[in-house]
Amino acid sequence: MASRGIKDRVAIVGMGCTPFGEHWDKGADDLLVDAATEAYKSAGVGPEQIDAYWLGTMGSGVSGLMLSEALKLDYKPVTRLENMCATGSEAMRNAAYAVASGAYDLVMAIGVEKLKDSGYSGLTGSRPPSDGTDSSMTAPATFSLLAPAYAKKYGVDEATLKQVLARIAWKNHKNGAKNPKAQFRKEVSMEKICASPSVAGMLGIFDCSGVSDGSAAAVLCRAEDAHKYTDRPIYLKALAFAAGPAEGYFSQDYDFTSFPEVVASSTDAYKQAGVTNPREQISMAEVHDCFTPTELVLMEDMGFSPRGHAWKDEQEGRFDLEGAQPVNPDGGLKSFGHPIGASGLRMMYEMWLQLRGEAGPRQIKAPKLGLTHNLGGAPGRCVSFVSIVGNTLG
Amino acid sequence: MAGITRYGSYLPYNRLERAALGAGKGERTVASYDEDSVSMAVEAGRDAVRGGREIETLLFATTSAPYAEKLNAATIAAALDLPRTVRALELGSSTRMGLGALLAGADAASGGGRALVIASDVVIGAPGGARESGGGDGAAAFVTGPDSEAVARFVGRASATAEILDVWRLPSDPFAKQWEERFGAETLGPIAVDTATHALKSAGIGPADLKTVVLDGTNARAVAFVPEALRLKPEQIADPLLGAVGRAGAAHVGIVLARALDRANAGDKILVLCSADGCDALVLEVTERIAGGRPLHSVDRWLGAKRTALPYNTYLKWRGILPFEPPRRPEPERPAAPPMRRADHWKYAFIGSRCEACNTGHLPPQRVCVKCAAVDQMREERFADASCKVATYTLDHLAYTLQPPVVAAIVDYAGGGRLSCELTDVDPKAVAIGNELEMTFRRLYTGQGVHNYFWKARPKR
Repeated sequence: MASRGIKDRVAIVGMGCTPFGEHWDKGADDLLVDAATEAYKSAGVGPEQIDAYWLGTMGSGVSGLMLSEALKLDYKPVTRLENMCATGSEAMRNAAYAVASGAYDLVMAIGVEKLKDSGYSGLTGSRPPSDGTDSSMTAPATFSLLAPAYAKKYGVDEATLKQVLARIAWKNHKNGAKNPKAQFRKEVSMEKICASPSVAGMLGIFDCSGVSDGSAAAVLCRAEDAHKYTDRPIYLKALAFAAGPAEGYFSQDYDFTSFPEVVASSTDAYKQAGVTNPREQISMAEVHDCFTPTELVLMEDMGFSPRGHAWKDEQEGRFDLEGAQPVNPDGGLKSFGHPIGASGLRMMYEMWLQLRGEAGPRQIKAPKLGLTHNLGGAPGRCVSFVSIVGNTLG
Repeated sequence: MAGITRYGSYLPYNRLERAALGAGKGERTVASYDEDSVSMAVEAGRDAVRGGREIETLLFATTSAPYAEKLNAATIAAALDLPRTVRALELGSSTRMGLGALLAGADAASGGGRALVIASDVVIGAPGGARESGGGDGAAAFVTGPDSEAVARFVGRASATAEILDVWRLPSDPFAKQWEERFGAETLGPIAVDTATHALKSAGIGPADLKTVVLDGTNARAVAFVPEALRLKPEQIADPLLGAVGRAGAAHVGIVLARALDRANAGDKILVLCSADGCDALVLEVTERIAGGRPLHSVDRWLGAKRTALPYNTYLKWRGILPFEPPRRPEPERPAAPPMRRADHWKYAFIGSRCEACNTGHLPPQRVCVKCAAVDQMREERFADASCKVATYTLDHLAYTLQPPVVAAIVDYAGGGRLSCELTDVDPKAVAIGNELEMTFRRLYTGQGVHNYFWKARPKR
């Protein structure tokens, strides 16, 4: 019984990503066409060469037809899947396994979400018919529970913690300002972040990720075929996933300062990739900063910071673009935006650019290993995805 | 003979000051945005059935039934975890039905049965009118049973029914109307005097033997005929709580009677009278069991725990009178019948489960233990009365609610178990980790014409 992994067996040879934001003039089908077309072009292939597709969307459409109709696919297999906010990563994970198995030579993973047509604030979703007793907490409310719990556990006063959280938002906006595809492309001052209207608990508007529309896609093949399509492929070193038993919602032992699902999935990913010291070996990461306290806690769950020290590392700039271990160099969910089904592939898109030296003003010097982390649900009850990618084999 | 064996009352937390209405002194009780006559009935009923749930008949009286068609009493029976074999009856259309239900409960007890009688009302008057300022919201509950268990036995009664256009409301009307006061007084007043006289006669006592007289009616002047005709002394008349509660519709006599029982001594005789569309009167004799038969919450305890100075526009919004800007969030979906039915022990009785293998508590009930993964080794456990506290909390400014922000908490139960739920009747600024809580039955919202009842937590009252 083991998660054996498929290290270095699958490569990404082309990617596409639409700008994220309020696309009043584009539907989900338009966004899919844009992302797929860019990915085909990036890999130098046409639709006829792709053997199968994995489409991730939380709720902007149903079934493989959403993609096959939009792209007018020639009777190809299309799997549509959903795994909350980790949907895009799941599309890629399952596509990668299909290639690794030998079932297909060349596949596409594509994610999309069209959130701005609902007319509502924040995320909405349709639930199955229920008994009406489910918790009514919104996403920011559930994640806001992390902040006071963290402050209490590690003796950080709430004013200091507020500054730490604001700095995370400030950093990610600063990175996003350098990204032509990000939803928010402006730096935001610490003062403005701290003064933003309250959404839930300690969280203001600027502690929340952008609600947006967008799509991203990747073309994958077996590693040995990668150079047929590009001279600079990136290789999947690890793909890990964990869905928890929702222990935090039942057990009084859970204290809202960690995501056990993230610990499990990152531990598995490091094992698959042979990473023994993530703080030193991971060059950069795109993580699921849905709300600022999430990024703080993730740094500890993934071993980037020792327990109780992430707040200091954040303050000292360790995770800045110029820092020792840049986190969310593309702006993250915070400023790149979070169209659910697309986000996991958007994170990989930044790895693709960075590992190929194409990230322009955001380029990190000589990165070797990058990590993407994608999470769905709430503290105590979530799913978590971790991937590790690199630009060389071995 | 038979009598009241247990009782309970409930007054909501919010008060509307009459000064805010330009309508004199005092205040009225106001059911919160998440309360209705059914949820308040459950709160009053919980105290009354603390001594035992072996109820054969449930009688529910209200003029503000949440459903015009569908047995509201079934929700109450489910939330109180009454036996599945309970007979349930509803009485409505007149505020006299509160006392009417108690008389019917007395009949059931005289026949050897045991009844739970609950009267509960949310009184809504047209803005600016006397009913709005003079009304109140609340509930009272009484268990009737054998004389041997009675805290107060039924010793006399009388009734009269008269066809009079006094208070009326069409099913399609939001507010009741009332004919001119002098007409009501002079027609209903003499009927009330006759009924009181007959009740005392049936009890074989005179007015001077009464320790307490509970007087209630649609027309204060009509009711005032009684003490005058019977030559009652002011100290015999129970405080009608009009300044602190307001007339709480069908529940009113019950609330005032509960307060009288809160203060009564063995041997006290009490006349309870309600004048509406005729009159009902009941004479009670308090027994020595009263000392051990009182509920956890006295009426005065409910009166003392309150939030005053509710803004008038908030009140109007809660009652659906004032249109308002909705939050930019989807309206809540109606709960669905089959899942509600499957989960009725959980949703209504607040019954979770506990793992027989490792003793871990689960809310909602689970088949597989979250700690030891044992399958189908659970026993049911009711958490409704378990003490609990705030493990952590947040103020949710985004969630859909009539009273932002939603105070959302992770609640931990003594003896194990945890639930993510809303707090209610709470000052958001006063919430802190570790705060002691208790559960309360509420109407979370109404979605697409279906009421969604479930439990919330509130600071201990």
